[in-house]
Amino acid sequence: MAKIKYIEFNGTEHEADVANGLSVMEGAIQNDIPGIDADCGGGMSCATCHVYINDDEWFRKLPEKEMGEDDMLDQAFEPKSNSRLSCQLIVSDDLDGLTVHMPEKQV
Amino acid sequence: MIKTDVVIIGAGPTGLFCAHQLGIIGLKCEIVDNLDKIGGQCIELYPDKPIYDIPAVPKCTGEELTNNLIEQIKPFNFNFHLSDRVQELKNENNKWLVKTLNGKEFETPNIVIAGGVGSFEPRKFPTKSAEKYDGKSVLYSIKDKTIFKDKSVVIFGGGDSALDWAIELSNSSKVTLVHRRDEFRGAPASVQKIKELSDNKTIDLITKYLIKDVKGNGSLESVEIKSETGESKVIKADYVLGFFGLIMQLGPIAEWGLNLDKKTIPVNTENFETNKKGIFAIGDICTYPGKLKLILSGFHEGALAARGCFKYARPDEKYRFEFTTASSTIKDRLGVKE
Repeated sequence: MAKIKYIEFNGTEHEADVANGLSVMEGAIQNDIPGIDADCGGGMSCATCHVYINDDEWFRKLPEKEMGEDDMLDQAFEPKSNSRLSCQLIVSDDLDGLTVHMPEKQV
Repeated sequence: MIKTDVVIIGAGPTGLFCAHQLGIIGLKCEIVDNLDKIGGQCIELYPDKPIYDIPAVPKCTGEELTNNLIEQIKPFNFNFHLSDRVQELKNENNKWLVKTLNGKEFETPNIVIAGGVGSFEPRKFPTKSAEKYDGKSVLYSIKDKTIFKDKSVVIFGGGDSALDWAIELSNSSKVTLVHRRDEFRGAPASVQKIKELSDNKTIDLITKYLIKDVKGNGSLESVEIKSETGESKVIKADYVLGFFGLIMQLGPIAEWGLNLDKKTIPVNTENFETNKKGIFAIGDICTYPGKLKLILSGFHEGALAARGCFKYARPDEKYRFEFTTASSTIKDRLGVKE
């Protein structure tokens, strides 16, 4: 279980307790948190669950991107070097306290 | 006006198997899809990716699955209407009148929406200013490459479309290729070629930049790009091309008066009918308690929706359940000779 903070582009904050094994994306969807669309349902094929990890230390602590994630991020709205696809961030106790920021939109 | 028993919206695996089930129970259908090919997400998003959870098929790619489904419905000779989109629905005397973008019209008692997460559209530039030039000098696909001759063309993207067009147009245009990072997802040979063209100054290659703005006075003049660290550059441009893949948009489906839950359509799980009589929803686009977005669930949903369609297509007949192994009627429909 990890407490994940989701911050919308307009600054609205949401906090959710997400069970281990779920993705950060699923944590948002299951708790009706807006700002993450996840059109493809977690298949790393749509780039509509794009988030920023603004805290450097957290960004480094996350498991590395697998092949293909950056390719999908190419197609996201305003990708940055701290961009991740939240469907690829699998929750464990280690992620307790993670904050993700949503982009202005999920194109 | 084409009269039919069912119009299926979406030629992905779910729509195709629903067509099969309709054929088995003796109904006709017409299948409309926005893409120019059959297969939906399987063919557009992951034609080469293996799928491991199709029952009794240990492993197959999206393309193989699609080809097998096409083969399976061949006996029924259903019509496909590709590169077209259902735009308008109207109910008259318990029939649905269906109009497509290309002007086709259908009359049917049943519509099955097997639309995945909507129709595939090119992803566009996020900049508001680009909309003004959309389709004129800001383009997301190329129909006639001769318009670029001797022009300044700025291409955005890192996949095969962006690389291939940068290479192709570099023969006759001044090409700048802009990409958000140093790595490209295109084929290694194309990436190699792009690096050569950049080294010998045939094209300008700019990485770690994104589009910021397009500028012009009536006609497009330049495009401004920005880096993550805040630097910006202005590049002269007659044309700006964006290749960011496709995104799924719900599109006109949202305007048909169907109940919607986010981007999905609630259905009852007895026959997958929506809140509108004669409109069914199956596959990724439908939702109900316990819904799984799996291809196998779509198959099940399509089988039940087909039986739901029977009631409206043959109101005076009673549907009889039959097995394909035993029914001679079904074997006739399949054209099986014994």
